[in-house]
Order: sequence, then structure tokens, then C-alpha cells
Amino acid sequence: MVLTVRELTVTLDRTPVLSGVTCAAAAGGWLSLIGPNGAGKSTMIRAAAGLVPYQGTILLDGTDVRSLRVRDRARLMAYVPQEPVLPPDMTVEEYVLLGRTPHLGYLGSPGRRDRARTAAALERLDVARFAARRLARMSGGERQRVVLARALAAEPRVLLLDEPTSMLDVGHQQQVLELVDGLRRDGGLTVLSTLHDLTAAGQYADELVLLHEGRVAAAGPAATVLTTSLIEAVYAARVMVSPGPDGRPAVVPVRRPG
Amino acid sequence: MRRAGLLGAAALFLIVAALVSALVDKIPFVHLPTSLSAVDQAVLFQIRLPRIVIGALVGGLLAVAGAGYQGVFRNPLVDSGMLGSSAGAGLGATIAIVYLGGAGPSAVPVAAFAGSLAGVAIASLAGAAGSARGPVSSGTATLLLAGVAVGLFLTAVQTFILERSTQVLQQVYGWLLGSLSGASWQQVTSILPYAAVSTAVVLLHGRHLDVLAVGDEEASALGMRPAMVRGIVVAACSLAAASAVAVSGLIGFVGIIVPHVARRLAGPGYRGVLPLSLLLGAGFLVLADTLARTVLAPAELPIGVVTALVGAPAFIWVLKGTRSVGV
Repeated sequence: MVLTVRELTVTLDRTPVLSGVTCAAAAGGWLSLIGPNGAGKSTMIRAAAGLVPYQGTILLDGTDVRSLRVRDRARLMAYVPQEPVLPPDMTVEEYVLLGRTPHLGYLGSPGRRDRARTAAALERLDVARFAARRLARMSGGERQRVVLARALAAEPRVLLLDEPTSMLDVGHQQQVLELVDGLRRDGGLTVLSTLHDLTAAGQYADELVLLHEGRVAAAGPAATVLTTSLIEAVYAARVMVSPGPDGRPAVVPVRRPG
Repeated sequence: MRRAGLLGAAALFLIVAALVSALVDKIPFVHLPTSLSAVDQAVLFQIRLPRIVIGALVGGLLAVAGAGYQGVFRNPLVDSGMLGSSAGAGLGATIAIVYLGGAGPSAVPVAAFAGSLAGVAIASLAGAAGSARGPVSSGTATLLLAGVAVGLFLTAVQTFILERSTQVLQQVYGWLLGSLSGASWQQVTSILPYAAVSTAVVLLHGRHLDVLAVGDEEASALGMRPAMVRGIVVAACSLAAASAVAVSGLIGFVGIIVPHVARRLAGPGYRGVLPLSLLLGAGFLVLADTLARTVLAPAELPIGVVTALVGAPAFIWVLKGTRSVGV
């Protein structure tokens, strides 16, 4: 599904957070939002998930998401927050089953089909062996996979991921990013994410949008967005950008000499 | 499967509790002095049986309402008496006793019922006004705080009225501590419709409470309407608590300890916790009432005293073995 964002403006507590942001993620594409803390990345993901009021339009294959019923929107787009609430005593399976919520009628309860989809999602993210384990007993990397499994159980067409790797070490970061990449390649899922690791964003997303104070500072493929001058200007950082082994830019912070 | 087994065991517990309560002086070696020398059918069917049914209803309602509130507020320490419910009932009963003393036997239950619902309504309105401009997620905290404030206010009004009419102090006090001694079939039929509707509504929302456990924001993203679900469940729980309070007075602890035990047995999922709380609460209160009317027989202990005396140590014992619960 094509996710199109037009002239998105969000004002929270009378403070403008996003002003006239326009961008689009192709069907099966991965669009990643980057930018300094407070640039409006998470707000944009939350607006797409229908969690904050906004002006402008968000379209799914040309349909305004505002015209969709809450449940239908939730079936199409699965949202993974930066810090998901994980009830400590809930089991992994019960938690992933919650992903089926948008497919259930108001008084409906999960049936065989829902259990089958849940089992498939557990399997796909390689957490099936933890099905009966309590969430409190899962490690950081396992939790992130469980949260993704919940998103996947909804059989969405679009994944909205807010910093899916922020709590993970480099190996688990890579694992999760590869997983998401695999999901969009196999299942044609469209991904809109935020990523704070610029090199990783450049490696996995086909398109980057650099947000600065709620506006688009630059957009396009990694090579055009991840440049020393743009990053230094927007982040107030000192960095060196060099082509990595795969030809995509690697961003390395540089310590002040002295 | 496991849930079905637990519910079966809980139902059995309730049946045994009811049998013990009905036949307590028929059990070998237990001889209680009773003013009714011939324990005939009339005693069983007109005095004990309605009392057992009322005890089961009240216990089940308080427990299921407590569990429902706890799910809505994602807080295991919330009780069925919160949100101004108990304080409203107390004020209603006090007004009925002080100002409508001779207005018939149904004046106090009706006033307690109305007061309980009015207390929740005022707290909800105050909470809604307070959180209207705030972020979505602060709604539950605001509502609870509003409930505490409204409860304190209503209790203060009640104390003021009582302080000016000390001659009925004992009567009001007796009501506040809870008792099932006035139980009758007429009481059963008068609360049964409310009990049935409210319990059914709460039980039908178990899955919604499970979704609410991941927070309002994620619940919304999953296509649910948290504010609407919260409104429905709070209304149903308040109706359940008000029905219970109307015939029993204020009975504490059942709404906290029973859902907690249910959670320990069935896990955190509300589709198990709610029905299990209903059955365990019913059995627990029938047993507590049996103690209340036998320990000092022929005098009676207030049942609220029994639930607290038994409940508090049991609760601490349960807590000792509990993992820290994320609130």
C-alpha cells in the first residue's frame, strides 16, 4: 500500500510540532524519518496511527484514512511505539493475540483463525518457543520481536515503527532491522519508521526524510540526505560521512580535537 | 481448559460454602445455641436461604466490580468502593436514617443505592472536566483523584449530619459496618435485575480490559475506543457495587482481595479473572457471613468486621508471595 502524507501539520499544547510535512512511502517500500530529538519524528508516526489530531491528509492507496472506521484503519496499519507497555504477567501468546483486536467484533472473542494467525506471527518472529512465558521474563531483544509479532498478527499492510531498535545492542538492532526488511520483502508490507541511528537508517530504508523543527529539511535516498553539511547543520554535530562497504553512507561522529 | 477447571472448582467452593452456611448447626460436634429450637423448613427457606443468596450476590457483585475497576484503571489496588461509591452510599443511608427514619424498610437500601450511583456520577463528571484538556493518558489518574476528592467531601457531609444527630449514631454505624441480617427474598428480587445486567456487561468486557492493559494509546491503535469502554465498564461496575451496598451496607476488602486471589490462580487475563472473581467473591462472603453470625452467637458480628479481620491477614499473606505488580 502506498502511504502518502500531504501538508501534515500537528499542534500540541499550542506548540507547532509538525508544519506542512509532505512525503510518501511506496508500496513495499521503507521510508525512515530521521532528525534530532524533538524534530517531530514520533509525532508523525503517531499522527499516521491516528493517535494525535492533525491538519493535512494521510492517504492509504489514495483513500483518506480519516474516512476509515477506527477498526479498519487498525487492520491496515499496525503501530509499534518506542516504549510499548508490556504487562509483566501477561504471557507472550496472550500479548500477541491482542494484535487480533481489530479483527474482532465488539463482543467477539478470538477464534481458531485468530489463534492460527497468532501462532504464525510467533513462528515468523522466532518466538514460538516462548509462547507460554511471561513478558517480564523476556530479554530486550526478545521483547522487541514479541512486539513485532503482535503487530504482524493483525495482518497489516503498513507497519508504523517508532524507534524499533532504540533499546537494543548492535547485534539485536541488526536482527530486528533484517527482520523488518524481510517482512516487507516477503509480505509487501510498507514501512514507515523513525530511526535514530543514521547509518542503519541509510542501510535499510530506501528513502529518508530528515526532519528539523517540524519541517522537512531534506528527503530522498540515503546518499543525498546523509551528507556532512546537512547533518552538521541540523544536528549541530561534528560528523564524518564516508561510503560504507555496501556503498551506502556511514555516519561517524568525530570528537572535537584538543 | 485450565480456566474451565478453575471456574468449576470455584463453583464447587460456592456450593460447599452455601451448604455449610445453611446447615452449620447440623454438622456433627457443632452445637450452637439458637433462639429457634426447631430448625424447621421455614427457618431454612425464609431466613437462611435468602441470607445465603444475598451473601453470594453481594460477594460476587463486590468482587466482580472490584476486578472491573482494577482493569479499567490498570491498578490492582482500586476497590469497588472507590470513585465516590461507598461514600455516596454512606451519605445516602445516613440521610435516610436521620431524616426519613420511619419511611419504611426500603428507605435505607434505596437511598444507599441512589447515593452510591450519585457519588460515582459526580466523581466521573469532575474527572471528565479535569481531564478534558489534558492528554488522553492522564484520564484514569484524574478520574481516580476526582473519586478520592468526591469521597472525602461526601464523607465530610455525612460526618456533619451525624454529629448533629447522635441519637441514631449506632444505627448508622451498624449499617456502615455492613450486615446481611436483613436479608429477605424481597431484597433478592429487588436487586437481582441490576445484579444480572451489571454482571453480564462486565463479564462481556473481559477481552476489552485485556486490551486496555497495554495502555490507552496502544489500545486506540488496535482499533478500540478506550474512553467508551472505560465508561461502559465503570457504569456497570458502579451499578453492581450500588446493588450490593444497598442490601449489605459497606463491606470492605472483598473487592480487592478476591480479584487478587483470582489473578494469582488464573493469571492476569480478565476473561478468567472476572468470572473467577464472581464465584470466589460469592463463596467468600457466604463463609464470612456464616462466621459473622456464629462466632458470637446468638449475637452477630458486623460482616464488614469479619471480612477485614479475615481479609487483612490473608491479604498480607497473599502479598508476601506476590511478585511486584507493575502499576
